[in-house]
Amino acid sequence: MKIAVCIKRTPDSESRFKIAASGAAIDETGLKFDIDDFAGYAVEAALQLNEKAGGGETVVIALGPDNVQESLRKAMSMGADRAVHLKADASPPDGIAVAKALAAELKGGGYDLVLFGKHAFDTSAGVVGTATAELLGVPCVTAASQLSVVGGKVIARRELEGAAEMVECPLPAVVTIDEGVARPRYPSLKGIMAAKKKPLESKSAQLGPIRVTASKAELPPDRPAGRILGEGIAAIPELVRLLQTEAKVI
Amino acid sequence: MANVLVFAETRNGEVRKIGLEVVTAGRKLADASGGGEVHALLAGPVGIGSHAAVLGAHGADVVIVVESADYTQFARESLAATVADRVRAGGYRAVLLGFSAQGRDLGPRVAARLDAPITTDVTDFSVSGDSISVKHPGYANKVNMTLVITGSPVVISVRPAAFTATESPKAGRVETAQAAAPTGATVKVTEVKEGAKGRPDLGEASIIISGGRGLKAAENFKLIEDLADAFGNAAVGATRAVTDDGWRPHSDQIGQTGRQVSPQLYVAVGISGAIQHLAGMRSSRTIVAINKDKEAPIFKVADYGIVGDVLEVIPALTAAVTEARKGH
Ligand SMILES: Cc1cc2nc3c(=O)[nH]c(=O)nc-3n(C[C@H](O)[C@H](O)[C@H](O)COP(=O)(O)OP(=O)(O)OC[C@H]3O[C@@H](n4cnc5c(N)ncnc54)[C@H](O)[C@@H]3O)c2cc1C
Ligand SMILES: Nc1ncnc2c1ncn2[C@@H]1O[C@H](COP(=O)(O)O)[C@@H](O)[C@H]1O
Repeated sequence: MKIAVCIKRTPDSESRFKIAASGAAIDETGLKFDIDDFAGYAVEAALQLNEKAGGGETVVIALGPDNVQESLRKAMSMGADRAVHLKADASPPDGIAVAKALAAELKGGGYDLVLFGKHAFDTSAGVVGTATAELLGVPCVTAASQLSVVGGKVIARRELEGAAEMVECPLPAVVTIDEGVARPRYPSLKGIMAAKKKPLESKSAQLGPIRVTASKAELPPDRPAGRILGEGIAAIPELVRLLQTEAKVI
Repeated sequence: MANVLVFAETRNGEVRKIGLEVVTAGRKLADASGGGEVHALLAGPVGIGSHAAVLGAHGADVVIVVESADYTQFARESLAATVADRVRAGGYRAVLLGFSAQGRDLGPRVAARLDAPITTDVTDFSVSGDSISVKHPGYANKVNMTLVITGSPVVISVRPAAFTATESPKAGRVETAQAAAPTGATVKVTEVKEGAKGRPDLGEASIIISGGRGLKAAENFKLIEDLADAFGNAAVGATRAVTDDGWRPHSDQIGQTGRQVSPQLYVAVGISGAIQHLAGMRSSRTIVAINKDKEAPIFKVADYGIVGDVLEVIPALTAAVTEARKGH
């Protein structure tokens, strides 16, 4: 299959964040960046689908400034065959604008399947994949927790509140990947060497008008320091008393 | 003055709690935009229209009932097309949905169809002239963002439980509309697997008992279930370590890449408190942790901690809670 995976470069999720002087963004100095978590799962899912099929091509696409090429190289070191960099000053918080630029690139690319993360760590929005599918006019399974492709059909599971649905749709299709599908492999040394020679094409992104912008970024208030009531079952009466009198949940 | 269209989500022929919360949020948005009307789209299988009154009671001026045999299941493309058609026909300022499994799926579809800007998982908003400012926890709840969304119409999805469904009786005049037929290939539901009965959803539960690797074995989740039963209507959650090992389904996972919850009480049992787990539960009102390692990071966020072996502490806690709740 010809599979495209759209990946975003985001700060490592273990980072401690500070707010930038502008007050409207995080301070990126000193932060580690990587492929966003769900998009990393999507890269792995694509590689596994093509490995299972015994062939095909996996193309990774990222929109953003030049530093997104690091993420594209990493995906190629995991096994993706080639990469496309859509140049923009930044990936804006306007998911529709990003989707338009990605759809323009994907359209006519002859992809059987296009994978996205369920949502990106930084925006935590969950817009781009589904919106891109709509713009391409292909069916979209959102937030798949299991995924397979059998006989030209996508078969997937989606978690609902207190239930799950099994769904299917024909290819070509878009799927956004949730927890459960795959965990990204670590690039091998051989993979890292090979990635240096794989093709990476760079062109400018067609974002269109930006209608969602960030005006403020704030850190949530710290929780008051925790307290340890005691050890073992001896602490239970005090806990139950506090749950009744202070927390008022019993 | 501007009218707002809200998607009053249903499942299995019932209006979901988030559906009413979205009506309340829509009321707030319409009132803040100079007193427009709230029109609630009530789509579902034949008979769903019988629920129109509850939407009127929560502030819908108009309830647009769309009944279709196709809506016994989540017919995403048809629903998105129906919402988009209504927005085009009705000239709405905004479309509101819930940030639920359905709303997460539909919101971007509707926005793309209308070429409208969208913001998701919104906890609050304010209107100023041509733009709407929304509060949205980004970076897996680690940074609270304010986003400004300009243009009309806009699509906004609201975080479950961020708005409390409130009665605010309006006419709730019923109109009917046709379900739009999807064009092109669609996603078909082949099966719906209902989860464990009798437990609330993690997003709606006021008490969550959550277990980690400290429970040692899948079968020890029985202790968690028992404690949840002792509290009454509690939900059961888990860490990724546990869902990865298959002790619990992925749908139970709480954290950055799982569910984000903020119940009144969160009891973390044998959970270390990794930053990705905290991202999903640190806004809980009261946090209790039981862990044998007094240095475990979970104790930094726990209001009340007990250092001890969960296999010993949990059965005793279950008995004590049962005792304390006698007569409830
Ligand atoms: C990209 C990414 C995303 C992630 N997303 C999530 C997520 O969404 N949710 C999530 O939970 N994790 C997530 N993780 C994983 C996370 O980093 C931790 O690995 C995980 O939360 C650990 O789960 P745990 O606390 O059950 O296990 P452990 O970290 O192994 O902790 C077990 C705890 O149990 C205690 N213990 C052991 N025996 C006993 C006993 N008998 N009595 C009492 N206490 C005992 C130990 O002291 C320890 O503190 C993610 C990781 C990555 C890299
Ligand atoms: N700038 C980008 N470049 C490539 N893919 C992106 C970009 N932004 C978002 N995506 C993809 O869309 C998914 C959802 O992003 P979001 O809608 O921002 O939550 C991500 O997991 C990526 O797969």
